[in-house]
Amino acid sequence: MSTTTAPASRPRGPGALRSGIRRNLTAYGFLCGALICFAFFSWYPMVQEVLLSFQRTNFVDEPTWVGWANFRTVAEDAAFADAWLNTIAFTGLALVFGYVVPFVAAIVLNELRHAKAYLRFVVYLPVMLPPAVAVLLFKWFYDPGAGLFNQILDLAHLPALSWLDSTDTALISLVIVSTWMNLGTGTLIYLAALQSIPGELYEAAELDGAGLFKRVWHVTIPQTKLILLVMLLLQIVATMQVFIEPYLLTGGGPENATLTVAYLMYQYAFNFGDFGGGGALGLMLMVVLMVFSAFYLRLSRDNQS
Amino acid sequence: MKPPKIQMLLAAGIVLTAAGCGGSEAADDKPGAAGGSAVTISVGCQPPRSNTLERSAWDEDVAAFEKLHPNIKIDSKDAFPCINPDTFQAKLAGGTMEDVFYVYYTDVQKIIAAGQAADITPYVSGVSRLKDLRPDVLNVFKSGEKIYGLPRTNYTTGLVYNRKLFTQAGLNPDAPPKTWAEVHEAAKKIAALGPGHVGFGEYSAGNTGGWHFAASLYGRGGEMVTPDGKAAAFNSPEGKAVLENLKKMRWTDNSMGSKQLLQWEDLMRMMGGGKLGMMIGAPDVVQTVNNDFKGKFEDYGVTALPEAKASLGGGDGYMINPKATPEKIKAAVLWLEFHELTPGRGQFDYERSKRQGRPVGLPIPDLYGDTEPGKEIVKLREANATVPVANFAPFAQGSAAIQNKLEPPKAQELYAILDVPMSAVLTRQDADIDQLLADAEAKANKVLAASS
Repeated sequence: MSTTTAPASRPRGPGALRSGIRRNLTAYGFLCGALICFAFFSWYPMVQEVLLSFQRTNFVDEPTWVGWANFRTVAEDAAFADAWLNTIAFTGLALVFGYVVPFVAAIVLNELRHAKAYLRFVVYLPVMLPPAVAVLLFKWFYDPGAGLFNQILDLAHLPALSWLDSTDTALISLVIVSTWMNLGTGTLIYLAALQSIPGELYEAAELDGAGLFKRVWHVTIPQTKLILLVMLLLQIVATMQVFIEPYLLTGGGPENATLTVAYLMYQYAFNFGDFGGGGALGLMLMVVLMVFSAFYLRLSRDNQS
Repeated sequence: MKPPKIQMLLAAGIVLTAAGCGGSEAADDKPGAAGGSAVTISVGCQPPRSNTLERSAWDEDVAAFEKLHPNIKIDSKDAFPCINPDTFQAKLAGGTMEDVFYVYYTDVQKIIAAGQAADITPYVSGVSRLKDLRPDVLNVFKSGEKIYGLPRTNYTTGLVYNRKLFTQAGLNPDAPPKTWAEVHEAAKKIAALGPGHVGFGEYSAGNTGGWHFAASLYGRGGEMVTPDGKAAAFNSPEGKAVLENLKKMRWTDNSMGSKQLLQWEDLMRMMGGGKLGMMIGAPDVVQTVNNDFKGKFEDYGVTALPEAKASLGGGDGYMINPKATPEKIKAAVLWLEFHELTPGRGQFDYERSKRQGRPVGLPIPDLYGDTEPGKEIVKLREANATVPVANFAPFAQGSAAIQNKLEPPKAQELYAILDVPMSAVLTRQDADIDQLLADAEAKANKVLAASS
């Protein structure tokens, strides 16, 4: 909105302000629509959610304020620690896979000479599938009997795995689904960043005798440092809210091995009918995510300046 | 990744508060609209348009009722499924909850405790067959001496089995298992039919594992909580027997298949697919398998839960919006009596069901037991049967004497806790049952202590 800054020569005062507003009326009109939508569908529910976490309500009578009682209730729940540990473990594993794999895929795609467009489409394809469909597809892949993955292991003369049915492999199985579903988006963003690197840098590196790995280490990574950092933060914020994978694939089991904070929140609100407890969990998660979001905003600001 | 922003979803109900405009505060709802004044009640669970036969039967009943009571208008609300726990609270918050809303037994006590249903005790005295309702069924809707709803269906848990697989495995489908030892033997023979065949299936995720643990525990004569409801009582010989039974079938007999963490739909799908031999369930399972999972009525049978001493009651019914006026409550009770509780009418109009080609003959619902209306319903059902009644006779005979038992307090919380031991014994060969039950007991005690 470049028009919001008045030229230095223009007279200041209430008259100038009024004329400024008049000139930008159309822009404010467009902005209002977006602001109203955000206020109504995003901010209002969020404020209500914060209020809910300090209330006990049955949605019939007036809600009563209970202070920190909802937070105490959920914190004393034996599943609370499991949910947080699993969420942190999921986020960590998702970073290892979901962060590195798309970056490597983007480098490979960037280096290719042929079939670039086709392969980009292939990589992006899973993103186009509705998440529920993608997740249920993996339910079949993970089937311990006739599932695709165990058939592949069998072909390779490797022992079958229990995948979702074992406390050892259930969480990592969910990470694999999540990585597959989101591979395309990450890859395309990295690819865009890679393509903005001036070609001369690579040519210079090649003249100096740098091979692929040295080029990646000395050119690609330094040049994409900021986008890598931003993606890291976005990945953390997104993966900590993991819900659909445990909801559809494991129901939080076996033995709470895939119970996440978001899934526990769902249980409180919709299975136990305790919206206050669900709200408290939501607020806790939101505070943690806000820390990472603050880092993200700081990075974005530094980048702009 | 892009998971839904759950915290916003949680608050979505509140948004509806602003969007909604008080469903039960309609203009026809002015105080003093009693007697002959017109009143409109919205009623949930009208069959969806896709279910043309049931839909037309419902609409026919609404027309007949409105003719009988010209001052009452029924505003039918269709939905499939009739209740979705995810939207229940949001509808209540937004004022869009029906005046007469549909509930599962599982949720009734939670709704009463939360004050989300109207006390209809003063209004049901005129229901002529109220005294004949099975006391255990009416108790589902009671808190103390107060009544908060009326039942629509009721069933006790039994053993659903695939008659076709029984025959293939050399078992007699007309002599289903009566003991758990017989279940083991039958399951082994069915599993031996080949890859993909599962002798006995069981739930262990999404709170359904805990739910079936409770059903099996009651069957063995155990209790979920102490009589005062303040402590867990499932860490008992009966509770241990439930888990040991499953552990043996899963790991020693290898008759439960390798895929676990099953939830509600999974077993139905397996039953419909014709590879599952047995599961705990009521006759309505067969109806669902027939309607939604491509199974055929004639391939399935139901018998009583083996060695059962009691059974976790299941079913559904209606409760009334706590914001409804007395006039609406009176009208709602009249409608429920007409449509859900009268032999030969509404849901019990078996002549019409037969005429429409709908399945008749399953031994459900059982609202009245052996009382006069109960006998009348059974007579009408037998006279109009369209499904092989003999397949369900072992259930009808065996379950007659089995007591319906209510769900424990804080049912969903306890079921979530008991998913852990259920999933443990089904996914881990070295699961320590004593330890699992002790851990679950400690967690359950915390939940129960917090609520008492």
